Amino acid sequence: MEAFRVHSGLVVPLDRANVDTDLIIPKQFLKSIKRTGFGPNLFDELRYLDPFDEEAPSATRKLNPEFSLNMPKYAGASILLSRENFGCGSSREHAVWALVQFGIRCVIAPSFADIFKNNAFKSGLLPLELDEAVVDRLFQQSANGEGVNLTIDLDSQQVTLSDGAQVDFSVDPFRRHCLLEGLDDIGITLQREDAITAFERNHQRTQPWLFNEVKL
Amino acid sequence: MGRTLYDKLWDAHLVDQQDDGSALIYIDRHLIHEVTSPQAFEGLRLAGRSPRRLNANVAVPDHNVSTDPNERALAGYAGVADATSRVQLETLNDNCNDFNIPLIDLADQRQGIVHVMGPEQGATLPGMTIVCGDSHTSTHGAFGALAHGIGTSEVEHVLATQCLLTKKMDNFRVVLDGEAQPGVTAKDLALAVIGQIGTAGATGCALEFAGSAVRSLTMEGRMTLCNMAIEAGARAGMVAVDQVTLDYVKSRPMAPTGEQWEMAEKYWKTLHSDSDAVFDRELVIDASAIEPQVTWGTSPEMVTSIGGTVPTMDDMQDETGRKSLERALDYMGLQQGMKLSDIPVDMVFIGSCTNARIEDMRAAAAVVRGHKKADNVERVLVVPGSGLVKAQAEAEGLDKVFTEAGMEWRAPGCSMCLAMNADKVEPGKRCASTSNRNFEGRQGFGGRTHLVSPAMAAAAAVTGRFTHPANVEAL
Repeated sequence: MEAFRVHSGLVVPLDRANVDTDLIIPKQFLKSIKRTGFGPNLFDELRYLDPFDEEAPSATRKLNPEFSLNMPKYAGASILLSRENFGCGSSREHAVWALVQFGIRCVIAPSFADIFKNNAFKSGLLPLELDEAVVDRLFQQSANGEGVNLTIDLDSQQVTLSDGAQVDFSVDPFRRHCLLEGLDDIGITLQREDAITAFERNHQRTQPWLFNEVKL
Repeated sequence: MGRTLYDKLWDAHLVDQQDDGSALIYIDRHLIHEVTSPQAFEGLRLAGRSPRRLNANVAVPDHNVSTDPNERALAGYAGVADATSRVQLETLNDNCNDFNIPLIDLADQRQGIVHVMGPEQGATLPGMTIVCGDSHTSTHGAFGALAHGIGTSEVEHVLATQCLLTKKMDNFRVVLDGEAQPGVTAKDLALAVIGQIGTAGATGCALEFAGSAVRSLTMEGRMTLCNMAIEAGARAGMVAVDQVTLDYVKSRPMAPTGEQWEMAEKYWKTLHSDSDAVFDRELVIDASAIEPQVTWGTSPEMVTSIGGTVPTMDDMQDETGRKSLERALDYMGLQQGMKLSDIPVDMVFIGSCTNARIEDMRAAAAVVRGHKKADNVERVLVVPGSGLVKAQAEAEGLDKVFTEAGMEWRAPGCSMCLAMNADKVEPGKRCASTSNRNFEGRQGFGGRTHLVSPAMAAAAAVTGRFTHPANVEAL
């Protein structure tokens, strides 16, 4: 996983609450058995005016000029700004992959759905919870003028706004550590092999039926 | 101090607790399907790892299978018409063969939606920790189990380590007391709860459903209720073990027998919240006041009763609310203040991990019997949750009730709930659906979904609009 320490980038606003993972990456793209190639179809139904056609390359599709990700002033944005309960619905990790492969490194929202938040941390995407008032301010700023640039420092847990103002945030200590170091969860867990084996042995003794062979 | 059901399940699976709050919990059962697993198996291969405990896993294809009975009658995967889907289905088979993961394949009569198959086979048992790369894994909490959805990275993690790196959630109890009115089902209770607390109302919580209205539900009803916990933001929903649970589990193919059963039953009977347990949050709802529910918008929280109306701008408390309402009404093609019972439907879908069990088929058939599909309803799909549900329904003659009414009796799968296969709601069409999500585009690009119970879906199919099931008899 790519480490996340300090990131500076442009904010692109998506002013709606309850952005669900179906909206982030629609189901027709879930037929893929790969982990890559989802970027062009991020927010597919909002981003394009014509429906997806497996035979036609994405570059030939008609972009919706009213969708923020397509607006020239937000070109190259790497920080997505949205409203509460971002990432609700389906557990599809493809939603995180699509955001990351599009170039998003951080999503800012007042709150996130649990499974999405979990998934984000595994792919180096920072789900950043900021107070509603700060989010409101960012929405106002990014709607006016030339766009908002932010610097997000995960080590010091501080966001620096383009006007120099600083906002503190807090990320779960374990997740923060993993992101800062770019650590792989499985590697960390396998270091606790002895504890797992000891637990497993006791578990089998007290609930032996859980360890029966699956005969199908 | 007493412990909640969730506390007990957590304590019984805690492998390791770190000072930073992160914990390692042991996973008893891992359910696998074709859509969220290929990248996890690929990850194992790339790292040279193998599954830690093969018998913890059961795999079945469901999300991306065709429900066309003709296509399914063709032998093997060669019969799968869509090439991309065929590759995904074959990949599940190949991965299970390569890693020796127990698999129920497409041709097997036990094949079905993973959350229908698991309980049917006894792969789901009380007291288990159960995960699956699907958010509706909360369904299995109906058995007094700790069950929740995980992402693909976690699927790989569970395969490799048999554990999940996680954090303890808060305890939230919803007590549904009183006797539900006739025509009010577990689906209506679930939608009413979501309507009250919102789609993020239980984020960060394990949601226990309790109260007399929950205890009087069958296992099918409890599964429907726990299935929808995720639509209230809770990864896990659960119901305490009682005699109803034990009666359902006993004699399932994978349930323990003999001495093991005695031992298990004794333990399972302890799986309830203690009377002095403390919950972080609690909500008491009078179930007798709940009417059949219909969603009107693009989030499950946008719901009201069959006697209700679509909200107006004046009902909204803030700008975000007004914007959401405006966008939802525009997408759904509805007007503020209109009566739910005045909304005509174009399609009906009866199926999904929420409502495709035998009891759901019976409830829908009871309303349909003696009637025909309404003229304005173009298509009605009835999709049983598994091959075994299909066979049972056919043995009871339910398939004939549907087909004689002009409805389609399909092969099992997730179908039009997420519309990954060919079963889709066309743009602008309005569908009464027994599934779980009414998000924009969920059932097909531009499709308009109204979530309802099987009885309500059947009533909409025969009357052509949303109707209280009790009013169908009088037709």
